[in-house]
Formats: sequence, C-alpha cells, structure tokens
Amino acid sequence: MIVSQFLVLASLLFSLGVYGLLVRRNAVTVLLAVELMLAGVNINFIAFESVIRDSLASGQIFTIFVLTIAAAEVGIGLGIVLLIFRNRATGNVDELDLMKW
Amino acid sequence: MNLDYHALAPEIIVAVTILVVLSLDLSLPTRLKWVVAVVGVIGLMAATVPVLTLAFGDDVGPRVMLGGTYVVDDFALVFKGVFLAAGYIVLLMSVSYIESDRYYMGEYYVLMLVSILGSVIMASSRDLITLFVGLELVTGPLFLLAGWRKGDSKSNESALKFFILGVLSTAILLYGMSFLYGLTGSVKFDDIRAASGALADNGAFQMAILFTLIGFAFKVSAVPFHAWAPDTYEGAPTPVTAYLSVSSKAAGFVGLLLLTYLAFPQVTDVWGPAMWILAAASMTLGNLVALRQHNIVRMLAYSSIAQGGFILVPFAAAAANNNAILPDAFSATVVYMVIYAFMNLGAFAFVIAATAKTGSGEINSFAGMGSYAPGLGLVGAVFFLSLAGVPPMAGWFAKFVMFQAVLSAQSGWVTALAVIAVLNAVIAFVYYARIAKVMWMDPVAPGAASLVSRPAPVSASLGLAIALSLIFVMVAGVLPQIAAFFGEASKALASGL
Repeated sequence: MIVSQFLVLASLLFSLGVYGLLVRRNAVTVLLAVELMLAGVNINFIAFESVIRDSLASGQIFTIFVLTIAAAEVGIGLGIVLLIFRNRATGNVDELDLMKW
Repeated sequence: MNLDYHALAPEIIVAVTILVVLSLDLSLPTRLKWVVAVVGVIGLMAATVPVLTLAFGDDVGPRVMLGGTYVVDDFALVFKGVFLAAGYIVLLMSVSYIESDRYYMGEYYVLMLVSILGSVIMASSRDLITLFVGLELVTGPLFLLAGWRKGDSKSNESALKFFILGVLSTAILLYGMSFLYGLTGSVKFDDIRAASGALADNGAFQMAILFTLIGFAFKVSAVPFHAWAPDTYEGAPTPVTAYLSVSSKAAGFVGLLLLTYLAFPQVTDVWGPAMWILAAASMTLGNLVALRQHNIVRMLAYSSIAQGGFILVPFAAAAANNNAILPDAFSATVVYMVIYAFMNLGAFAFVIAATAKTGSGEINSFAGMGSYAPGLGLVGAVFFLSLAGVPPMAGWFAKFVMFQAVLSAQSGWVTALAVIAVLNAVIAFVYYARIAKVMWMDPVAPGAASLVSRPAPVSASLGLAIALSLIFVMVAGVLPQIAAFFGEASKALASGL
C-alpha cells in the first residue's frame, strides 16, 4: 500500500483550500474552499488508517466526525452569509469593513 | 461497557438542561419566556453539585472511561468548575441584556448552554477525537451568538469574520492532527507521548505539532493569529464577548495544556520556542494597541490578547532546562487562567452596567462616574486595577505565580521573556489605570449632566454577576492560597509523566 500518493493529493487539496480562502472574495466560494481543506484532512485520515489498521479504526471514526461537524459548520456559515446578504445585499467579503483598528 | 455515571453527571445535567430549555421555549407563551432563563441558570447550578462531590468526595483517583479517552481527574474538575461558574455568571449578565434587545431569547440560552457543555467535555478529553468534538461544540454556537443582533451590520460582520477564521483554524488543527495520528498510530494522548520520543527529529512530526498549536493559537487569539478578536468582540453582544474572552479562551488553553503537557512533553524543543514567540508577540502587540483604544470593549479585546500572552509565558518556561519545572509551569498557567476568568467577567459585567448608564461605549463617556454613581465607579476601578495586577485584588497573585515559575526556570531565554513581561505589565497598568482615572478624577462631561439624575439601571441578575466576580477577586487576592489550590490540585497531571 503506497500512502504517499494519497498524502500528496491531500496536501494539494488542503493548499488549494487555503489559497481559495485567502484569495476568493465571494463568501460562498470561501465556504467551498473550507470544504476542500477538510476533504484533504479526511483523505489523510483514511490513507493513514489503511496503513495503520489499529483495532479501533480511529482514522475512519475521526473522518466520520469531521464530515458531520463540517456539515454543521457549513450550515452555520451559510446562515451567516444569508443574513449579511439580506442586510447589505452583498456576498463580497471585502465590503465588510465597518470595523478596523 | 461500564460507565461511571457519577463522573459523567455534570455533562448529563447540562445536556438535559439544554433539552428542557429547548422544549420549554417551544411550549411556553411569550409572557412566561423568562422561565427559560431561570431554568438554564438552575441547570448550571445543579451541574456544579456533582463537580463538588467528585472533587471533595471519596478519593478514588482519576476516573478513567471509554478506554482512556475520557478521564475525570482533578485537572478536569478544576476546569469543569471554572467553565460552569463562568457560564453561570455570563448567563446572569445575559438576562437583562437579552430582554432589553428586541430579539427573541429562547435560542440564546440553548446556544450558550451547548457551548458550555462543549467546554466541560473538553476538560475531560484525553484523545484527539474528543478534544476536537468538544472544541467544535464550544465554537460552533459562538459563531451564531456573535451574529445574534440580526439587524445590526456590525454584529453580522463580526460573526462572519469569526466564522471564517474559526473554520480556517479548525482545518489547520485537523490537518496537524491527521499527521499526528499517521505518525504515532494512535489518537490517544498517552500513546502519542510514548511514540513521540522516537519521532523528535521527524520533520513531518514537528510540522504536525506546529499545525495543532497554530489551530489553538487562533482559539486563544494569540498574536499573530488574533485578527478576528477585536472586531468580533466589538460587534458581538457584550455578554457573548465576555464569554468569548473567558470561557472560549480558557477552552483553547485547556486544549493547549493537554496537548503540550500530556501529548508532547518529550519534544519541548519543538513547541517551546514557538510558545516563546507567541507569548512575547501577544503581550507586546496586545498592550501597545490597547493603549490607543477609545472604545472600552475594543480596549478589553486587546487587553485580553495581552493577558493571553501572560498566560502563554509559563509554556515557554516549561520547555526550558530539560523540563525541570514542567509541573510548576502547568500550575502557574492554571492559576492565572482561573483568576483571569473572574476578573475579566467582572470587568465585562461592569462594562454592561456602565454603558447602559452612559449610553456609550467610549471610555471618555465614563468621565466623572465616581461622582454620580460611586458604587459602579468603585466596582469598575476594582476590576481594572485587578487586571493590572494591583494588590490586594487577585490579579497580583496571577502575575506572581507566573513570574515565580518563569524565574525558577533559570534559562537566559526565559529570563528575557520575563523582562518583556515586566515591561508589558507596566504598559498594561497605564491603560487600566486610565479608566479608573477617567471615572474618579475627570469632571463630568458638559453634555452628560442628565446622567447624574438618571436612575442606575443595574438589574438584580447583573448585580449578582458583579457581586460573585467581586467576591472571588477580593477573597482570592487577600487569601491567595484559594487560587493556588486550583493549581496544586491540577498539577498531578503534569508531574506524573
């Protein structure tokens, strides 16, 4: 079992997610970028589990928890984005600049 | 599987309270909605009873459950107690604040209690999965609570900023955890510690440690991962800000304590320097920016970043000198965290009362408060001087144990950090004392004459919140062994390694 290919794929997905989160201005695209990062994490866990094969299958269990919590978080995020869109009629992250130091 | 229901009682009571509050909120008519808040507060009080019986009842040592992934020991009990007490005070602060808002109140208590449940679970977690689930349970509801004032653009903005940086930090944390699991073959802290000695020189392992630390550095808003904190603190409802700066921050520190002292004590030279940088940067930047803030909540946001830096100092000291002072540094962090929790809660309770009185969050609007509301002015001065570390308020003891731990490390680098901390304590004194000066020495602003005759709108529950924080701050300042007790009790976790 060659694990490194999966790790490379995971790191590419994770980096793509970080890039998207930092560069894209649309709030919904930012949420998608977060999903990419978490997909990378999940691939990591499953790839490692397929090598380690510990008795509790911790990697797979962890993946199920990550999936569940990611779904809940995106629900929260979409709620917040909808709220902002309703108040300000914009989904652009750059236009949220009421507070600065 | 054998579950110890006595040990799980605090979590069960809080969980049941959440369900009761949720169903009461559905079924009660509008005029009886206040019952929801009362039930929530009573539920938290009930949950502290098993914490006390577990702590002072028959001594059976740590209660280990679920294959060692969930442990109720003295460290867990100290933080469960702090989280429940802090949650109780925050709920008391919320009652009048939420009622005066035009927003619906039922979900507020449900979300707050879910967050408290998450922090109580975190204190007992001894593996990566439980730690992660607990952490998400703490922060998830807080994204929503930060955006609680739905029509207020500032509140919306604070929620989105908090959310984006919150999920970014979670993803970074998880990426680090996936490598920890892959390299050590286990998610349990004990197994990670056993395997870490052989991996000390492994680049991927060092990267994994740093990723998990960065994830938690976001949660405790350590510089340079603090960008979300001031905006979120300013935009969120003030009781939520108090909760963010105390319980949510403490939950982040619980995660840091568990990971660094329980999972990575063999590789201190990896995380020690990182902690040194985080501590020095948080103290310095937090204090310098706090100096020039006009808004009281924003000032408290930067001050809590700086206080977080002080709490990080013992971590850097623990890594020095072959881990000689690991237990002392551990207890210094715990003591500082406990005292900080109560004095910061008190400061925020004062801010809620004072801004309701003057109708403004600007520090200058508090001018002359000592003359027309002497009680409020005195309470505010007590909490801010305590944050500055002036005896006889408890703040001095927090700084004392911190410096004691740091100086006993006897290492050049750590002593340099102590010097930075001393300089920062002086800077911090300037802006904390300025508030006391504005309230007691400045004349009432010309336009604010109507404030003098305005009745003080401090509600009974807010008054109780202030009184509880005040009692702890004064008693722990005069009798510091009370605060030291928390550190001594939890120390066993770090000394048994």
